[in-house]
Amino acid sequence: MSDSPIKIEIDGREVEARPGQMLIEVTDRIGNYVPRFCYHDKLTVAANCRMCLVEVEKAPKPLPACATPVMNGMKVHTRSELALDAQKSVMEFLLINHPLDCPICDQGGECELQDLAMGYGRDVSRYQEKKRVVQDKNIGPLVQTDMTRCIHCTRCVRFGEEIAGLRELGATGRSEFMEIGTYIEKSMASELSGNVIDLCPVGALTSKPFRYTARTWEMTQHNGIASHDGAGSNIHFHVKDDRVKRVVPAENEDINEVWLSDRDRFSYEGLNSAERLTVPMIRHERGWQEVGWQTALEHIAGKLRSVIERHGADKVGALVSPSSTCEELYLAQKFMRGIGSGNIDHRLRQTDFSDQDAAPAYPGLGLTFPGVEQLDAALIVGGYPRKDQPIFNHRLRKAALAGARVMAINPVDFSFNFDIAHKRIASPAKLVRELAAVLKAAVDNAGKDVAPGALLNPIRLGADHVSMARELIEADRTAVFIGPLGLSHPQLSQLRFLAATLAQRVSGTLGYLEYGANSAGAWLAGAVPHRSPGMAHAGIPGLDATAMLTRQLAAYLLLDADPDLDFYDGKLAREALAGAECVVAVTGYKRAAEYADVLLPMALYGENPGSYLNMEGRRQGFDAVVPPPGSARPAWKIICSLAGGQGLSGFRYDEFGEVRAETAEMMGEVEPDNAGAWSKPETLSLGREGEGLQRIGYVPMNSVDALVRHAPALQRTEDVADDSVRINRKTARRLGLDELERVKVTGQSAELLLPLKIDDAVADDCALIHGGHAGSAGLGPLSGQVSLDSA
Amino acid sequence: MMSKRLSRHVKAEIDRWTAIFPADQKQSAVLAALREAQHENKGFLTRELMDAVADYLEMPRIAVYEVASFYSMLETEPCGRHSVSVCTNISCMLRGADDIVAHIENKLGIKVGESTGDDRIYLKQEEECLAACCGAPMMMVDHKYYENLTPEIVDQVLDGLK
Repeated sequence: MSDSPIKIEIDGREVEARPGQMLIEVTDRIGNYVPRFCYHDKLTVAANCRMCLVEVEKAPKPLPACATPVMNGMKVHTRSELALDAQKSVMEFLLINHPLDCPICDQGGECELQDLAMGYGRDVSRYQEKKRVVQDKNIGPLVQTDMTRCIHCTRCVRFGEEIAGLRELGATGRSEFMEIGTYIEKSMASELSGNVIDLCPVGALTSKPFRYTARTWEMTQHNGIASHDGAGSNIHFHVKDDRVKRVVPAENEDINEVWLSDRDRFSYEGLNSAERLTVPMIRHERGWQEVGWQTALEHIAGKLRSVIERHGADKVGALVSPSSTCEELYLAQKFMRGIGSGNIDHRLRQTDFSDQDAAPAYPGLGLTFPGVEQLDAALIVGGYPRKDQPIFNHRLRKAALAGARVMAINPVDFSFNFDIAHKRIASPAKLVRELAAVLKAAVDNAGKDVAPGALLNPIRLGADHVSMARELIEADRTAVFIGPLGLSHPQLSQLRFLAATLAQRVSGTLGYLEYGANSAGAWLAGAVPHRSPGMAHAGIPGLDATAMLTRQLAAYLLLDADPDLDFYDGKLAREALAGAECVVAVTGYKRAAEYADVLLPMALYGENPGSYLNMEGRRQGFDAVVPPPGSARPAWKIICSLAGGQGLSGFRYDEFGEVRAETAEMMGEVEPDNAGAWSKPETLSLGREGEGLQRIGYVPMNSVDALVRHAPALQRTEDVADDSVRINRKTARRLGLDELERVKVTGQSAELLLPLKIDDAVADDCALIHGGHAGSAGLGPLSGQVSLDSA
Repeated sequence: MMSKRLSRHVKAEIDRWTAIFPADQKQSAVLAALREAQHENKGFLTRELMDAVADYLEMPRIAVYEVASFYSMLETEPCGRHSVSVCTNISCMLRGADDIVAHIENKLGIKVGESTGDDRIYLKQEEECLAACCGAPMMMVDHKYYENLTPEIVDQVLDGLK
């Protein structure tokens, strides 16, 4: 078939179309709306609702526009008597079994069936028999079912198969008894499950947390940017009475298309948590006291001045969240450097900073999202993008479905939702060795001179390494991605050197799948100890996130960060804070009272303006859409007040626009160059036999930051941290632990009694103990040796 | 979750069917697989068996549930050893099929869709036409047709089931 456009006539108007296009795509393009329920432009065509019937001249009967390919000279009537008759008849059939419960249905007001019934339905039903009733199913904490309302469009079923890559819903039974459901009692496990709420054209699948809390027409819609991963998904906040009632995706074809991860969709619940901090508080000898802002700020000003006078400014450190806004991070570093301290860092879950001076402007993806879709081969080192960055993963999955060979080197055999071409599942202690082996195979295969030199000599190759290298070499467009487990690795600099060298060898890109929504912005805003904004050299030397804790500072400023949950070493962080004279927590939640001396309530996502730089390097600004609770303030204002308390100039802004402009100017338009290896290590840490059990400190997606940890529905999903120790059957047998329910876990400096779970996805000689959970934070670092004994 | 293992015979039967289809379309063997698994399990499928078939054919489990719940020759609930279906479509109805159904229900003390307490007989369903109108009213017992039914013939047939 030739690709030259053909001409068809729609409602008397001649239009061009591509051969093979479906009629509905053409009618949509020219704005002649044809009613539909099952058709969705991101899903395959099912043609089972029949609502889009149109008249095509010379066809003996009305044809479904969604499944009728255009033909040269075709004459189509979308609103002729025949077409309207057909559409109205279909509508009458659809309404036979649909309940008339619109007044108590959450979909009411945004229901495609309701809308179309206005146009195509009869006033009075001719159907007088009993309507069928379908038992509701419990498919988990996020999606509410009212299956009597289902019209069997199968959009949710096709979504599972085609987008989520996890077929969980299906049509069971037959004819009158056909039902959409999971058949067995089961929660949806997809991290994209909430999208079926948007796809469902009726009220069969609605949001469980949102249920009965507002009617659609009572809410106003505001734009925003999701705040949990580096994708920067575009969202709409739906607001009523100054509260965020729900979050839905905003269409942006370049980023999230029409999708949204469950984490980004339901985390708003954390805004309305009873645990929100609403007034400033100061710790006294006899306990906590609620105070006014003036008192709190004066108290901090005095404390900080005293610390700086007695110990020097370099004994003050700021530890800031990688999901803070560019403006907050810019002002935080401006404040710290203003008082004379270079101690600021957002890389809270990282521990190897040895090569930071050679770093590019920021560790980004090195690709755009549409570019990810074009990849022919990719290697993931230490990451589970399906859960960590679901929207990025969706693009990678599209590439994989189109034939890209995606490979992984991971300490856990994560269940990807696409085929992994080759994988190596190895202990974190062997991660460097595994990656080095792939590099060595690539070098051998390329037959070029050996840049890494003698470093690779001791490495022995396996068949997998050779296959992985071959896939990367033979593919056209390739990428190597370092994920969160790589970023938290004690030999990150070695992994980075190997990954970068490998990427160079295969003429591919090196990309980072970072923690947080704005780690790229944090680098450019200067929230790293060695760089000022815009990648300028920092005038004052500063300590990295780990050094700030090991070198015991006198005062700490925390911005939206929990020491035991958001840090590489939760125990070290708690101890350092306990040993400090003054800990100021700018925080959204009361929990900070466990470790801080002064609590300043901050506005969270949706409550403050700002901007993020996503993993592609795309800057996106957003405004506040609701006021923060109580007397909480936006962090940018809080930091300005702290600066005022230290007599610093340059922090008087009349409005946020000035902060935004200054931040943008200082960050500049630096393009990162990920391509180069940052620095070559002296040796490689290859891991030895008998090194003992290695901890895998993976942080599950719904435990990554304070906001999600306070979102109740997300906390009821499977993707939250727990305090269990997961080892595989083989390791359990070797250690004689396979029958135990609890084990004694001994880390570097602590001993804990934790529940034991057998999980064969975990690599041999490893213990998966989640990060982001208070119960296991006492163990210390996210990686390193642990031992298990019977309790 | 470990699936209940399929018997060697069922696997061999599935393998025989998959060999007929292209290698990337193993799911084409799902009907044969379910029929065989059901046959070995007293005439009905359990969730474990359906999961085992799904895993063996590398299909989503829900896709197997869809097939099993769609076709009337596949049972997803425990049922009696002998399957009895009485046709109540037009020809049989005109020739007194309703009385036959009532007689069977009365005799066995169960309703259509139920099994006897001793798991001997499963009164499966009122069939639509089974293409034996010339012998109406008729019923199908296991795979065999019985025509020109009277209560006496029904009694004889049912009493003969072990």
